[in-house]
Amino acid sequence: MHRKQIRGCAFALCLGVLLAWFCAPPALHAQGGEPQYFAIRGAKVVPVSGPPLENATVVISRGVISAVGKDAAVPPEAWVIDGKGLIVYPGLVDAFTDVGIPAAAPPPGEGGARRPQQQAQGPQDRPGSTPWRSGADEVSLSDKRIETWRNGGFTTVICAPKGGFFPGQAAVLDLAGERPGDFVVKSPVGIPLSFQTSGGFGSGFPDSLLGALAYIHQVWLDTDWSIKAQAIYEKNPRGVARPRYDRTEAALAEALEDHALVLVPANNAVQLRRALELVERWQVKGAIYGGQMGYEVAPEIAAKKLTVLVDLKWPEAEKDADPEYKPSLRTLRFRDRAPSSPAALAKAGVKFAFYSGGITAPKDILKAAKKSIDAGLAPEAALRAFTLSPAEIFGVAGRLGSIENGKIANLVVTDGDLFEEKTKIKMVLVDGRKFEVREPEKPKDPPKGDLTGKWKLSYTTPEGAEESTADLTMDKDGTVSGTITGHRGTASVITGYLSADKFSFTINIGLDEGPTNVTFSGTFDGTTLKGSISVLGMSLDFIGVKPGRVSSGMGSLAGAQ
Amino acid sequence: MRIPTRLNAGRTLLSFPHILSFLCFLHFPFSANAATPTDAPPIILIQNATILTVSHGTIEHGSILIRDGKIAGVGQSIKAPAGVQVIDAAGQFVIPGIIDCHSHIAAESINEGSVSVSSMVTMEEVLDPDDIDIYRDLAGGVTAANILHGSANSIGGQTLVIKLRWGQPASRLPFEGAMPGIKFALGENPKRSNFSIPGQPKRYPATRMGVEETIRGAFSEARDYKKTWDDYKKRVTAGEKNLIPPRRDLRLEPLVEVLEGKRYVHSHCYREDEILMLLRVAKEFGFKVRTFQHILEGYKVADELAAAGVGASTFSDWWAYKVEAYDAIPYNAALMTRRGVVVSINSDDSEEATHLNQEAAKSMKFGGLSHDEALKLVTLNPAIQLGIDKRVGTIDVGKDADLAIYNHDPLSAYAVVQKTLIDGRVYFDRERDIAGRAEIEKEKKALTEKLKAAEKKPEEKKPEEKKPEEKKLPEKKPEDKPKAPTPTPTPTAAQAGAALGGAQ
Repeated sequence: MHRKQIRGCAFALCLGVLLAWFCAPPALHAQGGEPQYFAIRGAKVVPVSGPPLENATVVISRGVISAVGKDAAVPPEAWVIDGKGLIVYPGLVDAFTDVGIPAAAPPPGEGGARRPQQQAQGPQDRPGSTPWRSGADEVSLSDKRIETWRNGGFTTVICAPKGGFFPGQAAVLDLAGERPGDFVVKSPVGIPLSFQTSGGFGSGFPDSLLGALAYIHQVWLDTDWSIKAQAIYEKNPRGVARPRYDRTEAALAEALEDHALVLVPANNAVQLRRALELVERWQVKGAIYGGQMGYEVAPEIAAKKLTVLVDLKWPEAEKDADPEYKPSLRTLRFRDRAPSSPAALAKAGVKFAFYSGGITAPKDILKAAKKSIDAGLAPEAALRAFTLSPAEIFGVAGRLGSIENGKIANLVVTDGDLFEEKTKIKMVLVDGRKFEVREPEKPKDPPKGDLTGKWKLSYTTPEGAEESTADLTMDKDGTVSGTITGHRGTASVITGYLSADKFSFTINIGLDEGPTNVTFSGTFDGTTLKGSISVLGMSLDFIGVKPGRVSSGMGSLAGAQ
Repeated sequence: MRIPTRLNAGRTLLSFPHILSFLCFLHFPFSANAATPTDAPPIILIQNATILTVSHGTIEHGSILIRDGKIAGVGQSIKAPAGVQVIDAAGQFVIPGIIDCHSHIAAESINEGSVSVSSMVTMEEVLDPDDIDIYRDLAGGVTAANILHGSANSIGGQTLVIKLRWGQPASRLPFEGAMPGIKFALGENPKRSNFSIPGQPKRYPATRMGVEETIRGAFSEARDYKKTWDDYKKRVTAGEKNLIPPRRDLRLEPLVEVLEGKRYVHSHCYREDEILMLLRVAKEFGFKVRTFQHILEGYKVADELAAAGVGASTFSDWWAYKVEAYDAIPYNAALMTRRGVVVSINSDDSEEATHLNQEAAKSMKFGGLSHDEALKLVTLNPAIQLGIDKRVGTIDVGKDADLAIYNHDPLSAYAVVQKTLIDGRVYFDRERDIAGRAEIEKEKKALTEKLKAAEKKPEEKKPEEKKPEEKKLPEKKPEDKPKAPTPTPTPTAAQAGAALGGAQ
């Protein structure tokens, strides 16, 4: 029995983020008997659409804002919240993410002999194309990041599936609801593209940037043809060969008809200039995502009247980089100046919004935005890039993005300026539902050492030795964030810390039993993590070392041999 | 002859994703020396120079007047107009800028290696103006280059000629008005003789017969495609309504352009048999091969090449880096020249491109070409092959002021480029380069320190605040360890390494 449990545990670990069977959605944490009316009284209100109001009241009725002002009447049925010393902002928007879509389950049959994949022989095989997928259809309450993002002040995401050249369609989602359908504000709003090939040289078409671009050109031409051919055929089908149905063309045609923005990846100056040409060539309504070298190209982007979603994961030196490696001047300049891009875009008159990019903790998203404020962006402009600007870019400014009468009641209530590091988010309202923000477990003692970097975690299950990789970032107070990657997938650290020499970090993965916490805890001696992995009440020993560095423990072992 | 050790990388690996394409972003010493393109180019007078015009001999103590980016005067008695910028080239040699007929610089991506007909891809879209090789090749006197797709495919991607306008955006690199091209490849690379990809079936074609069939098949399709469109247009013109137009096919469109003579074919090849094969296929479908590239066995079929009016762009003396390169001889360029073929020497390699002048000079030793004939191999001849000889390739009035200035005769091993001009602008200046290096190092150092400080700042605050606590445990100090990240190998590992080294 015990052995079986241990095996189960091992199974859980090696599955990583397997979310093959979705459990019943966990209950929401909205408090009380789900009141429908709130009034936040006596707070500073920052509506974004207008100047801040001191000592004002926001009234929320059945999910929408029903009054804002210094002397807004509080209805008798409202739950009154004392806003003294608090600031009310519109709910923040992460303008491009896959938060809401849980990590994909591996295809059935995984673990068996690998069959050679059917390789695409050309554009006609539609490689990496699933434009019919949609954030609106794939949002699931089992994605733990929904709560993490919400606790960080994000009430809304522009959510799209990932993977391939045409991964799917983006939707505007509010981060609360009892059923997936409750989340959807608008869909589709975007058609994200990627130029990233996955197979490497000699794999299926396309295997290069050259091929990816040629492929996307062909798909747009085909979509255009399909729309025209279908129209001609329907008018007069007799005696005419029927145009072939193609799922990719049909999905793209429909999304374009819905005025979805084509989101083009472009980060450095070469890519940005290329993106400007691509949008012109394709004759689509386009926007750029990335934009971190906007400081070089902002006026050119402005001239083309394109909007930009700015990736807040600023370029930085690779953790654990070879200390002998000397980056080029261009790389150094890029790292130095990237956070000044939003200011440059603002100056040039380019409309932009912020998105989380690869950042895994919402607190770090705001911290990254603070960097661009330090690099010259007006704080109001930074706030707008998290609120009204993304709402405008994605066509939902009539519904959300600012604190105005009649808009969706998406609000963040803080005890100070949003971009100040010591500011705490006290409460978040999504669609008029109130969520108190629980204080995350704080490390008690200052950390001894730094967990930042990549770690190889080794443990032995009854089925043999296994390894996974932790990519961690530690703040000065010892808070740990990051990801853990096993051979089946990657999961974000939902809570973690190093307190004195005691560490603990937890990921959440989907198992038969439902979303399950897996906690790694133990002692850090300055070089090695030693401790146990606990899941579902069972535990396993593990050891973590930085790859390329021989730990003292391993060293003495080697010496014994 | 060069021993071809490094060639295994240089030649055969061109069919692999070019490592440089990943690295180009990492090596970028400084932004352009050049003026912004919106400035009017200055009026320049290069004087007291030995001018190797290539078209009409050598002018001693000559001057070149440059106005509006063009050569406005060449001779011994050019008067300096007022306000002219003078480059005194006393004791120096001016030649037309070197043209590299086979280059893979300035591109983020080189090979779409998945399919054997990848004519839908185009190098113009992936131009990388930040590739440091542009600057390095400028420093070797190169002013224009034929940017080719790799050789993994029987019919590869669309190609273009660029000027090495370092510091300008990608859209300013293409050589205006130059005919676009397409890369073909014959022999071992497209049939993948020299490598296989684990876990993947071998791609068709696997033989030279298959390469021929692939090209023939693609052009048959292109011919049909053209006919389909011609028929459709005819019916539309005849007034037919409600016609569903044919689908556009980006793979076949450039092949139709080849058939219509609107796109040059630059074909990678080695052996005489495959060279003759492509000439037959071209004749069958009614198109022309503009250049054969590499063409190491060209000397065996020089008469056929001359009769077909095909250019040959070869290496000076690279050989034996794979089976199909065993019959290479350094006399190739000279022998083909003597039989009336327009021959150029190319680099196919960013480093080789920095000394194409020396590569051209080798044909004087091997094959006895004259000084002028040798110089033509990297100036006028590649210009003719690329159809840009009306604009560049010689020093004549009216041509683009694309020039390289050397401190010695450029065909001497001692020659070092002093300045390179394109469109009458100085894009490389050796003195300025040397003078600027300290500034670059200074900025690098300052930025490195600034970025390091920004990263460290939060962590350094903490220990200061908590100093009293820390002092309680002075012997432990575990936080010192992460601050000294130099990995020290265990003695065992070091000893093992030493023992291994000793054993060898």
